[in-house]
Amino acid sequence: MTFAIGALAPNFTLPDTYGNETPLRDAGTGPTVVVFTCNHCPYALAWHDRLQAVARDYGPRGVRILQINSNDATRYPHDSLEAMSARVAAGEFASPYLHDATQQVARAWEATVTPDVYVIDADGRLAYHGAPDGDHNDESLAAAWLRDALDAVLDGRAADPAETEPVGCTIKWSR
Amino acid sequence: MTPVVELLYWDGCPSHPAALADLRAALAELGRPDVELTLTEVTSDAQACERGFVGSPTLRIDGVDPVPPPPGEPPGLTCRLYRRRDGRHSPTPDPADLRDALRRLLPPPTQESRT
Repeated sequence: MTFAIGALAPNFTLPDTYGNETPLRDAGTGPTVVVFTCNHCPYALAWHDRLQAVARDYGPRGVRILQINSNDATRYPHDSLEAMSARVAAGEFASPYLHDATQQVARAWEATVTPDVYVIDADGRLAYHGAPDGDHNDESLAAAWLRDALDAVLDGRAADPAETEPVGCTIKWSR
Repeated sequence: MTPVVELLYWDGCPSHPAALADLRAALAELGRPDVELTLTEVTSDAQACERGFVGSPTLRIDGVDPVPPPPGEPPGLTCRLYRRRDGRHSPTPDPADLRDALRRLLPPPTQESRT
């Protein structure tokens, strides 16, 4: 794996569901969470509300959260841009939901599953990579690994753990 | 005839070990050692279409899906989405739904299978 803890995050700009081009980093950007997710995966959906709660809780603390769908919608129509827009319109997302139609961002970030969670510190370096918490089926865990990593980054400490095993559906690559 | 429960799975999804454990626990709880449990790996889109496999895991109790997918759900190599009884999304069927389906769909055990 070349995108390791401490490495600079590959830059990107992707459209959200309204077509607004959204960069990874803006001027004055603080820590950023990038979540590769999708519409149909039971693991992504099981963790979804916990991730939106993180977006709501940490947004006021200067943390930006970007959620990205990179799945091939040709073979998996539930992951189409139209389906993404419908979920956003229904109020299911607490932060921008971006479309990686070419899958170049998922490849550059070496994402493998949904959800796959990355925390980037204010210097643009990878501080945490893995799952939101230890059990998709236990809502009480409240994305604790992600929250701990964000608390560490906001305090200027190293995340511990900095890496956990991402668990979920494989990203659906185009053929 | 021996009743058969088939668990179809795709190895690219991590859900089937939990589903298999739930299935074995439900059969044990219901006292059905007579049921034959088979595992079938689905490895291609063509096979998914042929078997009506809409995601991993998919169960068939004597050929019947105990939690039928929504109409029009496309077959494919992916993780299957289920709902728990409390409405939460889940990669495996609710164990209570599984037990109810086994009670409903399995033929009663024969006298011979009880002994």
